[in-house]
Amino acid sequence: MSGDVAGADPAPAVTTDVDALRGEIRDRSVVAIDARRPEDYKRSRIPTAVNLPLADLLSDDGPDRVAKIAGSLGIGDETRVVVYDDSFGALASRIAWTLEYIGHADVTLLGATYAQWRSMELETDDATAPLPSVTPREHSSNPNPGILATHEYLEKAVADRDNVVLVDNRERLNFLEQHIPGAISLPYRTLAGPDSILRGREDMRRLLANRGIGEGSEVITYCGSVGTLSGLAYYAMKSAGLPNTRLYVRSFKEWKGLQKPTASQADANYWDLSAE
Amino acid sequence: MSQTSRASGHDSAPSHKPGKRPRLESARPEERKPRENWARRSEADHFADTVKLFRQGRYDADSFRRFRLQHGAYGTRMTGDYAMVRIKIPAGVAYPHQLEAISRLSEQFSIGSAHISTRENVQLHWVVLEDVSEIFRGLSRVGLTSREACGNTVRNVMCSPLAGVCPSEPFDSTPYAIAVARFFLRNPLCQNLPRKFKFNFTCCEEHGMARMVDVGLIPQTRTVPDAEGGGQREQRGFNVFLGGGLGNRSFVGHQLEEFTPEDDLLYTSIATIRIFDRLGDRKNLARNRMRYLVDEMGWEKFQSLILMERSIVRATQSVVTRLKPDFTPLEIRRPLRISDESGSAAAQDGYSRWLATNTIRQKQDSYHTVFVTLEAGDITAGQLNSLADMVRRYSCEGVARIGFVQNVALRFVHSDDLAPLYAGLLGAGLAKSGALTMAAPIGCSGTTSCNLALTNSHRLAKEIQRKFLELGLDKDPDLADSTIKISGCPNSCGQHGIATIGFFGGGARVGKDMYANYQMLLGGRSDGLTMLGQTCTRVPAKRVIPVILKIIEMFRANRRPGDTLKSWIHRVVSDAEDSGVSSIKDVKAELQPLLAPPTKDDDPDFYLDYGSDTSYHTKTGKGECAA
Repeated sequence: MSGDVAGADPAPAVTTDVDALRGEIRDRSVVAIDARRPEDYKRSRIPTAVNLPLADLLSDDGPDRVAKIAGSLGIGDETRVVVYDDSFGALASRIAWTLEYIGHADVTLLGATYAQWRSMELETDDATAPLPSVTPREHSSNPNPGILATHEYLEKAVADRDNVVLVDNRERLNFLEQHIPGAISLPYRTLAGPDSILRGREDMRRLLANRGIGEGSEVITYCGSVGTLSGLAYYAMKSAGLPNTRLYVRSFKEWKGLQKPTASQADANYWDLSAE
Repeated sequence: MSQTSRASGHDSAPSHKPGKRPRLESARPEERKPRENWARRSEADHFADTVKLFRQGRYDADSFRRFRLQHGAYGTRMTGDYAMVRIKIPAGVAYPHQLEAISRLSEQFSIGSAHISTRENVQLHWVVLEDVSEIFRGLSRVGLTSREACGNTVRNVMCSPLAGVCPSEPFDSTPYAIAVARFFLRNPLCQNLPRKFKFNFTCCEEHGMARMVDVGLIPQTRTVPDAEGGGQREQRGFNVFLGGGLGNRSFVGHQLEEFTPEDDLLYTSIATIRIFDRLGDRKNLARNRMRYLVDEMGWEKFQSLILMERSIVRATQSVVTRLKPDFTPLEIRRPLRISDESGSAAAQDGYSRWLATNTIRQKQDSYHTVFVTLEAGDITAGQLNSLADMVRRYSCEGVARIGFVQNVALRFVHSDDLAPLYAGLLGAGLAKSGALTMAAPIGCSGTTSCNLALTNSHRLAKEIQRKFLELGLDKDPDLADSTIKISGCPNSCGQHGIATIGFFGGGARVGKDMYANYQMLLGGRSDGLTMLGQTCTRVPAKRVIPVILKIIEMFRANRRPGDTLKSWIHRVVSDAEDSGVSSIKDVKAELQPLLAPPTKDDDPDFYLDYGSDTSYHTKTGKGECAA
């Protein structure tokens, strides 16, 4: 049922593969959340999926409001949720993380993007199909601060403990130009597998081990502004069996806004190598 | 997880039954399989382990550097944490799925762009050292390697992108280039040479650099008596040039003999490598390419040593030590066209300009070779994917050929497919005109990533290209056979020595203020009349474009009928010109008004190098060319 090689491993799967989701949709045992923009969702979507555009969520992602939104989408505390998008899994990750943050346990990412779903010629609903009708439910709000890093937390963790790895998930050139001192660069693209939003477990573990991230590490991920790319990295770490991971959700935008120190790669004109 | 006990908030059940799921790749046309697998998977693991040992301090820095270079990972400007991975494309033959793999690797581990070099390598820059092994792993899945792309070994074996299609060639040298690459890759014979060693196969005199590498080979044939039949037969062979090369000091190669039969190709190569290995200078790293050995020893002595060594090699090599060129031609297969795609593309603005400056008619009827213009060799991940797509759709041989001037060629494009290919390239941002003209300058990586660079030669090449295209100078046929080549330091990665107008970077100062400054050379060429460019004058970085335009103006004012800029400059540097501008000195005098540095107050921009908004300083790290 899982896109990950879970087997007897205690680490919970963070992705659901497409065939498993199709079965669950057939059994009506899941709520699929489409994280794309409303116009894209209306045009074409996975059957039964509800729409939660990330921008809507981000307009106020306080726990009480998120719980209300979840309930309005037919998600109760125990509902199995699978989130997908068409942006490498980054938007879906931010939504999944937010649900986890309010205490929702059973949420995973679809292992594929919507474009991959379509390229496999799987069933979709288009603009002519009725939108799914939803029975609202109650969702509680029990914030789980253990998966969140604030800038205060980040600074203290880095200062206090040697096992903390700060991971920057923006593209390499942005990292070279400016990053939080001590961070390592792991661009979000690195996390994907050939046909899936995340590499397979062993592949991911080897990649991370090469970078010095392993069982004993505490990982804090961050990206440019709202924790999407780093949200994906949060799930990448979990998929590799590294539960001690937090998302610095306000990311580099807040860090710069607070005029915290930054580091950069000096004396090289790397931007001029880009063909963009 | 159980699927039975989950509550769902949905009232509507899905209306579709899940059907059979096709594989993701199913939409693609049938893929050609590469003939060669250059990769060795175990090298990825070995590299990863060695990086760990190095980081733990259990591997000394010098040994690690040699190991890293042997595997094709070069150092990066001012940091030990990043590497440049140089992917070899032997003979320049790249399959579409290989381009896609490089695209993916560039996004995952590099900067989302790749760089095509002048030596038919594709380079990924700013790769975290610990990720290099992951790139090896990805390359091994598509049969590519970076092994021996750096270090003191036989580097990527180059072959003219026109080999096999060139109207002037006697035969296709590609199978020989691939066989030579295969023979020497990982061969114990060349794992620890005094210095790097380069082969270059051309198609003809015009389209290669046979005289500017360690071993340059021009295919040729001769008629010989047929031993068995008593009649005559055509024998294949090469015109071999040894001891040429570009660098801090450049030399033109020497012709070994009138005709080197194909059977002697391997023996000649082995003999040359053995002599270099035995006698090359292993102490003075700045002067130990084979060309210095030839220069110091004198050509005649070197030549007789090689010929003697070759007879020993011929007599002592096992009969199984042979080159094994695969002469099976690539199948020329024109994909079926579902609909006529050519309609509007031909009417596009720019199509005829592109046609005139980017395509060459092949010796095969109705087929063309199309050169894709890049900016100083840079190509984005998305463009690599588009290119792969267009190779599949429009190159009837189904592969891309990397060129000698930071570009890519699609060959066997049918006349009817030129317009749709143009439209496709346009959509991918790859349809710039001027690929085969002076408007496609070469720029080495310069201060964008290289430890030795003094100036941003890379950006300067792009700036010149943009200006040339803006002014439409690619349309002037009298400029087409001229070249502009720029290096960011006196070493010659940008090949400034063989440019019609060449530049290499340095710094200059006014009082305490420094600015980027280039030495300009004129009249270099790499064809049958190969010669090195002659020093003209120093040109501040921000005056390079006006200076080039001024030289073009001088040419237009003083030319003779039938002249091109190249032929005119050739006369000027050879003191064979009799117009008002008849020597390098005259050119320099004419340029003088453009060269005087302004004060910093008058023109602060003058003191900034391209791509930089802080004061210019010359900063360099340790080079690794000689490591």
